[in-house]
Amino acid sequence: MADEENHFLKIEDVSTAFKIQGKYYPAVSDVSLDIHNDEIVAIVGESGCGKSTLATTIMGLHDPAETKIGGKIEFEGQDLLTLNEDQMNKIRGAKIGMIFQDPLSALNPLKRIGDQIQEGLDYHTKMTEAEKKARVLELVNQVGIPHPERVIRQFPHELSGGMRQRVVIAIAIACKPDLMIADEPTTALDVTIQAQILDLLKDIQKENHAGIILITHDLGVVAETADEVAVMYAGQVVEKGSAKQIFDNPLHPYTRSLLRSMPQKDSENDDLYVIEGSVPSLQKMPQDGCKFAPRIPWVPESEHEAHPTMHEVEPGHRVRCTCYKNFKFQDEA
Amino acid sequence: MSLIEVKDLEVHYPIRSGFWNRVTDEVLAVDGLSLNIEAGETYGLVGESGSGKSTTGKSIVGLEKPTRGQILYKGKDITKPRNRRELDYNQDVQMIFQDSLSSLNPRKRIEDIIAEPIRNFEHLDKNQEKLRVLQLLDIVGLDADALYKYPHQFSGGQRQRIGVARAVATNPKLIVADEPVSALDLSVQAQVLNFMKRIQRDFGISYLFISHDLGVVRHMCDNIAIMHRGRLVEIGTRDDIYNHPMHIYTKRLLSAIPETSVEGRAEARAHREAVEREFQENQSRYYDKDGKVLPLVDVTDTHKVALPADEIDKEDK
Amino acid sequence: MWKTVLRRVLIMIPEVIVLSVLVFLLAKAMPGDPFTGSIGPHTSAAQIHQLKVQAGLYNPWYQQYWNWVVHLFHGNLGTSFQYQEPVTRIIGERAINTVWLALFTMVLTYAIAIPMGLYAGRHQNHIGDNIIRVYTFVTMAIPPFVILLIALWIFGYVLGWAPTTGSVSATASGTMGTVLSRLQHIILPGLVASLTGTVNIVQYLRSEVIDAKHSDYVRTARSKGVPTTNVFRHHILRNSLLPIAAFAGYSITGLLGGSVVTEMIFSYPGMGLLFLNSISYRDYTVITALVLLYGLLNLLGTLLSDIILTAVDPRVRVQ
Repeated sequence: MADEENHFLKIEDVSTAFKIQGKYYPAVSDVSLDIHNDEIVAIVGESGCGKSTLATTIMGLHDPAETKIGGKIEFEGQDLLTLNEDQMNKIRGAKIGMIFQDPLSALNPLKRIGDQIQEGLDYHTKMTEAEKKARVLELVNQVGIPHPERVIRQFPHELSGGMRQRVVIAIAIACKPDLMIADEPTTALDVTIQAQILDLLKDIQKENHAGIILITHDLGVVAETADEVAVMYAGQVVEKGSAKQIFDNPLHPYTRSLLRSMPQKDSENDDLYVIEGSVPSLQKMPQDGCKFAPRIPWVPESEHEAHPTMHEVEPGHRVRCTCYKNFKFQDEA
Repeated sequence: MSLIEVKDLEVHYPIRSGFWNRVTDEVLAVDGLSLNIEAGETYGLVGESGSGKSTTGKSIVGLEKPTRGQILYKGKDITKPRNRRELDYNQDVQMIFQDSLSSLNPRKRIEDIIAEPIRNFEHLDKNQEKLRVLQLLDIVGLDADALYKYPHQFSGGQRQRIGVARAVATNPKLIVADEPVSALDLSVQAQVLNFMKRIQRDFGISYLFISHDLGVVRHMCDNIAIMHRGRLVEIGTRDDIYNHPMHIYTKRLLSAIPETSVEGRAEARAHREAVEREFQENQSRYYDKDGKVLPLVDVTDTHKVALPADEIDKEDK
Repeated sequence: MWKTVLRRVLIMIPEVIVLSVLVFLLAKAMPGDPFTGSIGPHTSAAQIHQLKVQAGLYNPWYQQYWNWVVHLFHGNLGTSFQYQEPVTRIIGERAINTVWLALFTMVLTYAIAIPMGLYAGRHQNHIGDNIIRVYTFVTMAIPPFVILLIALWIFGYVLGWAPTTGSVSATASGTMGTVLSRLQHIILPGLVASLTGTVNIVQYLRSEVIDAKHSDYVRTARSKGVPTTNVFRHHILRNSLLPIAAFAGYSITGLLGGSVVTEMIFSYPGMGLLFLNSISYRDYTVITALVLLYGLLNLLGTLLSDIILTAVDPRVRVQ
């Protein structure tokens, strides 16, 4: 249950490396983030930037034999990375809930909706069977699914995509977690449904005083929902700040490039901006220096730092590397 | 004359149910749809999943057999296979799919994938053919070493460009692009869209651009049709649709697009909820008693909307 | 669900009719008639003709077919040339033997395969999994008859632990004695047959478990805080056993048909051996009856699998 304390998650220098043919390659490196309750922090970036890996690292869902994780994830006074499986199981689902991208595959096809929502309650509460049933109905109602009594007896394939995503949300919020991690919660959905789901998430957050980590590639979704934003590229956070800071005053060349490649009003007659080159694969990722440098080859090496760090530009607004200072697009010369 | 004229297109799928598994009902995937695509333009077809937009696209390419209605090309109805053959329709109309990986044969090299339509329609010798393939790869910005690779060796954006090259190979007049960039990252999407525009300028190709993404459609399309429940609710120019939307469903779609400005957030949500409320309350006026979209009414020369009679009067005043 | 099952049974009716017509035509196409073998050298051509007319052999084929079907329903499948006994009785005797062996093999196969497959999938790449994989590869590489012969030689002849022929000892007396004697006879062929039969199931189940372990719904379950053992029990187990359960329908009816190889090597008087002997003696009435029976068993196997699938998979029910 959510106390009125200011619970928060403090991610410090977290790195996650995957074993590929005997060698470890970092998918996430040196990520530091703070999440408070009553706050939505968006982690935005393109596929392969490590945003989902960061989420599953917080949840402790990686196979320890195949991954190497470093740093600290402090949550309510303990470091999640030092906990064993049993201790993590007391936190997963109870204090941290996770919402996944593809609602069809995220639900067990052979279990009734009601049972899948109730499962978390079975492990984290001492409710009686009747209390659990009532809570499941309450949850189904809360996420806006019509005919709760009928739906809890149905199977996932009998529901529409939007309804399934609501079920996934109901599962995540069943035990009123202090933190919710939503990994691309609306990518598989139509725009009108997307808007409804995002509004629903915000409402639940307000009710539960939870913190939300919203992982997405969609800048529009970020602008509409996030309080704080972290932009990730190649496993690192390259820029973070309030949503206002990021959208009104983007500084890092990557953030600026992304925003510029979005189709805008009145952009019909222009070519869209294309970032040169492509995101390197995990094995070919540059290990040191500014990882974005190869994508802005016209910027002289002297503009980059040898070991890029985060620089605080204004309170709360941080940018990695020094290359942002004099950055201009080629056509701006 | 328009390049393609779709007239009262209907595509029904049977629903089988009951003990004997008989056809008890039909899904009206496309339920009486008419539109004209002009030469050299990009025509946007927008709708949510299940609206029938993909079925419409497939019918135009000839991958789906219409239940009723006509699709006229050079004045002939190409829903009849004989006319399709006569007009070389399959050469003139090509398609790009959303899922670039599953639409390219994984066991074929890029050279063969792109050359396949050329082999079907033109008779070139080996060298000419290779030259043509190289030319096509160049058009979509890929190097010659792509020739001997397989689809899985490319990224999603590159594969989508290979799909574009294959579609362009036969010098088509129309390319039906079904959600061509929906699976792509923002920066890669920009690249594919740029190539599509460039090819259109260079070769005078028309696109039927099928998408649910109203931002991309605004960037790409001259004329736009909004589809809902198998019918069109509104047709118009970009300006008509984005600046003067009239149908309640169009308004609802537009209000759901997230804006990239942080300040307007609360107002945007309030607006969205107001439109949603209006949609729920007034829906019955914009759809007939069976929930079907009303017939389109001319509002201006370019703008047609499926409005109820009393709304039209209001607009007139 | 019962609707689906009933519909599925109804669909079987035309299948059975087509099968019976095919089998009938096959029997007609074979040389000889019911009198072949029972007619002495002194029977005149006129008498033979008279017999054939009486038996209706000059009637149109559909009438003959109808008669055949009527006989079929009365349990009259003709007389075996080889044994000079009604086919139903011969098959009946053999069927009992085969059912014993089939059930024993089936139970043993699943009793061995399911734990092995689950263990291998759950502890992928651990020592136990590697041992199981070596076992499956070796068993798959050696043809079953070789394994059967080796087992027969070692346990039957060298060690003398198990009888080498027959289905029940002639000296066995009393119900208990007969049952024990039967078990004694099927234990070796059943064990060897199930050991070779487990291979496919183990491999299939192993990969199903591994797939399920990496599935999104298992990740969801883990993110709910479900302990690993329970994730396995409540999510992975049922989902990966589903295709195996559906397959059981085919496999039981397959076994009921009798295994030619096993029965031949152990001289076990089951249906497989009967089929083989009938072919070598050109005992057409028996062959026809067995082909019909095999066909029916096959249809029944598909039916059974479909019913199992309908019962366990909610996604099938709706369609």
